[in-house]
Amino acid sequence: MNKMETSTGAKIGVYVCHCGLNIARTVDCAAVARSASELPDVVLAKDVAYACSEPGQQAIREDILERGLDRVVIASCSPRLHEPTFRQMLQSAGLNPYLLEMANIREHCSWVHMNESDAATRKAMDLTRMAVARVRQLKPLQPERLPLTRRTLVIGGGVAGIQAALDLADNGYDVVMVEKRPSIGGTMAQLDKTFPTMDCSI
Amino acid sequence: MTDVGRHPRIKLYTLSEVVDVKGYVGNFQVKILKKARYVSEKECTACGECSKVCPVVRPDEFNLGLSSRKAIYSPFPQAVPSAYVINANECLGHNPVVCAKCVEVCDKGCINFHMSDEEAVEHVGSIVVATGMEPYDPTEMDEYGYTRFENVLTSLELERLVNAGGPTRGELIRPTDRKRPRSIGFVQCVGSRSARKGSEYCSNVCCMNTVKSTLVLKEHYPDMDVKVFYIDIRAFGKGFEDLYKRSRRLGVHYVRGLPGTVEENPDRSLRVAVENGATGTIEYYVLDMMVLAIGVQPSTHTQKLQEMLGLQLNPDGFFLEAHPKLQPVDAATRGIFFAGCAEGPKDIKESVTQASAAAARAIRLMHRGEILTEPITSEVMVEHCKSCGKCADVCPYHAITVDVKKKKPAMVNTAACAGCGTCAAECPFGAITMNHFTDVQILHQVDALLEEDPQEKILTFACNWCSYAGADYAGVSRLQYSPNVRLIRTMCSGRVDEEFIWHGFAKGAPVILVSGCHIGDCHYINANHWTVKRVEKVHRKMKKLGIRPERLQLEWISAAEGIRFARTMERMERLRRGVTAEEIEKTKAILSQGK
Repeated sequence: MNKMETSTGAKIGVYVCHCGLNIARTVDCAAVARSASELPDVVLAKDVAYACSEPGQQAIREDILERGLDRVVIASCSPRLHEPTFRQMLQSAGLNPYLLEMANIREHCSWVHMNESDAATRKAMDLTRMAVARVRQLKPLQPERLPLTRRTLVIGGGVAGIQAALDLADNGYDVVMVEKRPSIGGTMAQLDKTFPTMDCSI
Repeated sequence: MTDVGRHPRIKLYTLSEVVDVKGYVGNFQVKILKKARYVSEKECTACGECSKVCPVVRPDEFNLGLSSRKAIYSPFPQAVPSAYVINANECLGHNPVVCAKCVEVCDKGCINFHMSDEEAVEHVGSIVVATGMEPYDPTEMDEYGYTRFENVLTSLELERLVNAGGPTRGELIRPTDRKRPRSIGFVQCVGSRSARKGSEYCSNVCCMNTVKSTLVLKEHYPDMDVKVFYIDIRAFGKGFEDLYKRSRRLGVHYVRGLPGTVEENPDRSLRVAVENGATGTIEYYVLDMMVLAIGVQPSTHTQKLQEMLGLQLNPDGFFLEAHPKLQPVDAATRGIFFAGCAEGPKDIKESVTQASAAAARAIRLMHRGEILTEPITSEVMVEHCKSCGKCADVCPYHAITVDVKKKKPAMVNTAACAGCGTCAAECPFGAITMNHFTDVQILHQVDALLEEDPQEKILTFACNWCSYAGADYAGVSRLQYSPNVRLIRTMCSGRVDEEFIWHGFAKGAPVILVSGCHIGDCHYINANHWTVKRVEKVHRKMKKLGIRPERLQLEWISAAEGIRFARTMERMERLRRGVTAEEIEKTKAILSQGK
């Protein structure tokens, strides 16, 4: 693929996280950042000690503002861990939170190729390149606001249904309870004393 | 119970069933069928005069047939609502010539034979499913003689017999001679933990229920000989071990082993043969009465409700939660929560805890008064849509509507869309964009992945919830596998478009893996069924084109299966090594011809 063709004019910042030694022991983070800096649209690529730490986030926030970054790639841990953290960070820097992509170079790389440092570094470069390719194509997204009925249907009038209905109602929410039998109470009402307190069930 | 009856914010429908649910989180429309009670709930003061004159005598369900009631009756003394009810199938009435005695004695005129079933529609923003459980029916366990011997009872029947409000006013008697039994034996795990009859799971409550019953009996009748036949006693909750020890201290005899046979003696006592696992001997006991500690089964209405609400069940037949640890009361469908035994067998404390959690989760959802939807939803490009209806067919959430006859283009209800992307993968015209996981975004990832030395790369699509998480788990566990693996994350394996696979092979991928949640565990109800169909389809096409189908693999890997993930990757690496440069070139040539 011709690299020039892929440029969209975006201004992408790439951050390669050491995660202490979790990543840096196996992956050459500086080399990954250098290789990312050569990718089209990448205006800045750095390796950082801990991207998720408050100073780490602050540094990225400043780059966004000072260098006018409009998209961010963070090569670090699994997005299942810190995607919400970094999305929030983007938002606080005035970027749409969906213009973030993470490359998982810890769970999917440094931790599973611990004895193959060179191969792991090459893989981290690939994963970062994939993330840059994706972030270039991402679109800002807005959550939609929809009206909601502040009312709950509780199906079943046993001890669970009763407790849920009362908790909701006592908090000011209207409840509709549907019970198939002529009375609520469920199985619990049929019991004599109940453990562990040995008091009566009704 | 009475709090519910008088709470101004709770509207109570009894003798009622939910027959239809439409809509989505925040805006459900619920149709409720309210069966006729024939007695006015408002007017009835529960004086009971009607019941006195009713000539129809029937077994009382609340006391499990151990006492009788009339055709017009109050379910039990503390019932809410307290109003009497007529069982229309038993009542002679309707025709005043025949009976109508109750109508004559009811001063307030509450009884109305012409009442009919009513349908109501309610609008709600969230739903708590608390449909409870069904006690196990031990009829099929013939070895315990429940249907053959009158002095064999279920634990629930015993509850009624020792209850002060029960048919005997709390006096325990033997059904055959109405005398107090001198000895009683409890049989544990009836309908639980058995691969043959009943269920394979542990019903959670029966051990402690039996321990409790032994304490009640020993308290009332210190001389009674009480035995418990068991496999294990599971007394794991707070204060439970203490109760169990107290029971043993009071002289309850715990025998490790379940009865093999039960026979009746001429005096109607029971002769029980049991292999005592602690001593390794066959022992015989004579008991006046035997109690079967019956297990907990899913409620009979579970399946109907599951279909109506688009929920999932676990293999045991209880409702499946969104996540067993982190979202234990949420359904996979947003806005629906579980409380109590509907989700699995549990005791009162756990039911109450879960119910409060469900209420809190519902409040968390509703308190803003509006719903913020995750923008990772699909979108129809109307100009490309041919109204074929395929997307609506595959959507697990019924979030897409298409008028196939009138050729009106598809419309996505973004509130109901959960973002699996199956519609975008299935659309034959490329008319659906899956936001944040668009074709372009994913194809660019594939390109970047295969840009250098594609013959060395293992292109793997992994779903966010299971397979990608399984790969994370392999990392956390430091399981080592081939560094040639590269993952592309999608929300669901159902998102993996045929086009992604062809594109990968055309760009020189030696092998491709599609991975997702196990069938039945899909986070998008059943979207991964479409993954299977699609992969099978591609396999057939590969065969026709002369491309080895083995080069495309499908694997289910759960979030907990780090080992399975690592092993699968090793298998993919072996497979990759078997693909030669010539084979890759040939494939590229075949695919470029096709285009």
